[in-house]
Amino acid sequence: MITAERKPLEEILKLLEGQGKVLVAGCDTCVAICLTGGEKEAEILASELRIMAKKEGREVQIEHTSAIRQCEWEYLDTIADKVAEYPVVLSMACGIGIQSMAEKFAPKLVLPAVNTNMLGMPQEHAVWLERCGACGDCVIGETAGVCPVVRCSKSLMNGPCGGSHDGLCEVTGPNKEEIECAWALIYDRLKAQGREALMLELRPPKDWSKSSSGGPRKMVKEEAKPV
Amino acid sequence: MAGAATEVAETPGEGKTIEAPAKPVDPRFEPEIIVFACHYCAYAAADLAGSMRLQYPANIRVIKLPCTGKLEVIHLLKALEAGADGVYAAGCMEGECHYLKGNIWARKRVEYTKTLVAELGMEPERVEMYNMSSAMGPRFAEVATEFTERIKRLGPSPVKRAAAAAAPAAAPSHDPAAVTHEEGQQS
Amino acid sequence: MKSGSNLERILEAGEFAVTAECGPPKSADGTVIIEKAKLLRGVVDAANITDNQTAVVRLCSMVSAHLAHDNGLEPIMQMTCRDRNRLAMEADILGAAALGIKNILCLTGDHGCFGNHPQAKGVFDLDSVQLIRVYKNMRDDKIFDCGEEIAVAPELYIGCAENPFADPFEFRALRLQKKINAGVDFIQTQCIFNVPKFKKWMEEVRALGLHQEVKIMAGLTPLKGAGMAKYMKNFVPGMDVPQEIVDRIAAKEKGAPQQEEGKKMAVEMIKELAEVEGVAGVHIMAVEWETAVPDIVEAAGLLPRPSLA
Repeated sequence: MITAERKPLEEILKLLEGQGKVLVAGCDTCVAICLTGGEKEAEILASELRIMAKKEGREVQIEHTSAIRQCEWEYLDTIADKVAEYPVVLSMACGIGIQSMAEKFAPKLVLPAVNTNMLGMPQEHAVWLERCGACGDCVIGETAGVCPVVRCSKSLMNGPCGGSHDGLCEVTGPNKEEIECAWALIYDRLKAQGREALMLELRPPKDWSKSSSGGPRKMVKEEAKPV
Repeated sequence: MAGAATEVAETPGEGKTIEAPAKPVDPRFEPEIIVFACHYCAYAAADLAGSMRLQYPANIRVIKLPCTGKLEVIHLLKALEAGADGVYAAGCMEGECHYLKGNIWARKRVEYTKTLVAELGMEPERVEMYNMSSAMGPRFAEVATEFTERIKRLGPSPVKRAAAAAAPAAAPSHDPAAVTHEEGQQS
Repeated sequence: MKSGSNLERILEAGEFAVTAECGPPKSADGTVIIEKAKLLRGVVDAANITDNQTAVVRLCSMVSAHLAHDNGLEPIMQMTCRDRNRLAMEADILGAAALGIKNILCLTGDHGCFGNHPQAKGVFDLDSVQLIRVYKNMRDDKIFDCGEEIAVAPELYIGCAENPFADPFEFRALRLQKKINAGVDFIQTQCIFNVPKFKKWMEEVRALGLHQEVKIMAGLTPLKGAGMAKYMKNFVPGMDVPQEIVDRIAAKEKGAPQQEEGKKMAVEMIKELAEVEGVAGVHIMAVEWETAVPDIVEAAGLLPRPSLA
């Protein structure tokens, strides 16, 4: 799933500078599942913004709403009437949802309340880890189900590098959290599968033109297009 | 917007705690405090305090929940939004929650709400969680008294101060927000 | 001869090779490299010219290598995959070859988070193993990675680094095999403090016959003092520094006595490493202490350096 984290309140306030009528829009799919931008969180943010306004003696009209998914036109229809009442929408959806809102309701000001950060999964409740790089050329069949593009800090195709120690990457997280060495994990799993010989194969340079590096991508399924 | 933790008086020997008042405590300020109390322990303790004829401030308004685990962040925020000067949850002793872990979840949500309150430039001490058993009538009264004192020292909530600043003439004379109008003029 | 470089001649002749490291300055002042070149020429067979080492920006490796070359010190130009994509790396090697630079060390590169521009985008278009293969193909098959022919191919002596002490330990010898398969000619190991562990790695390397397929140079770093020893033991990831080493240097007085002991320990280690079967030379990484290198090389009995035309 796509995960996101709410922007610091300071940044949100800066984006909203001067706006008195704001609709906080939540999305009840990915960002709700990662506890960042669902209806619940939209209600909380709206309350926070109203408290801030009251503190500063400002009159505002700030409400919240939510759509099942902000990334599909049909679901945006369900909140269109509400959106129409407001000059500004503060969206808590992922970047896809925010952009869909911006496009559907253009030229209305649609602002991001979150930073979309990764394609990840909950390793355990309330802990999400990055898993996929959307590189367009998946190799995990040969790396024992571990993505070397985003789970290796250097996207090595022929890892590990010399910095791997005790199954950990030389890089640590922003709060010094340990990061698993993807290639140590790949090696262990290939061994368990009896396929460690794959480690000796020289994986050729990756075709990055299939990733977003090659330009914004588009997918069309002709067989599914309405006639 | 600087995190407006309580300013501390530069008194020798006095550490940085919320106990040191930033400005003279206005004896006329009567805090409005919301309490979310669980049916099985805290509310029962409140009842006991009542039947023991224990004195505690009338500033608290108690809302009964089946369990503090029912409490959500939004409830605490809405209390502050409505102008409450302070809000606290009162639940069972940890390990003795009737619903096993409801009070643990409540504590986590209270802690999280404190971070949101700080983010808003308000004192996180205005939000709190307490634990007590149903037999602790005196503790219920003690907590109510302690918390009311804490809020008195912190002064009216910034939400209230701003509202008062906006309409001082309209406020009746016994309204604490009105009399603290002068002290209320800060960020 | 693949490139005819001095380093290649020495190693191919079976002479015990000596290399050192040369760090470019964090400025546009090329004279720093020239001074280091004058210090090390004739003392070592070639010297690594680092490439934004630890992701800290310095005068680029190619220009520094060129300045060293012009001042009598044969360079080993280091190239990391962190800062360049394959176009730049192919273009740069053509440039290096055009300047007469023949030795190239292919590295993945320390992650940018360690350096002074942690917000920069790490390129990592290729990894070091792929880079070795790309350069080998450019030299031997005279083709770019895209398959196009190169009219005048670069003459290269291709090297890379290997860390006998990183994990997974059991995979380390195999990883060397992989680099050999990719086309590497010589390797330099990360600095050794734990000689027994290094000897164990060499056993595995010899068991696979790898020492006959590639020239292995053992790396070492002379300790400038107890502070440095403790730092390397406790704060540098993957560094294995036995406590005896720390204790030995700490037993001396701070300053010159510790420095002398550090040099002495380096000389002893060189002599011990030279006895290990399969070790073709030594790579002295005197971090910001290049001045110690001439003393160490001399005391180890390795001067004068052979001159093979």
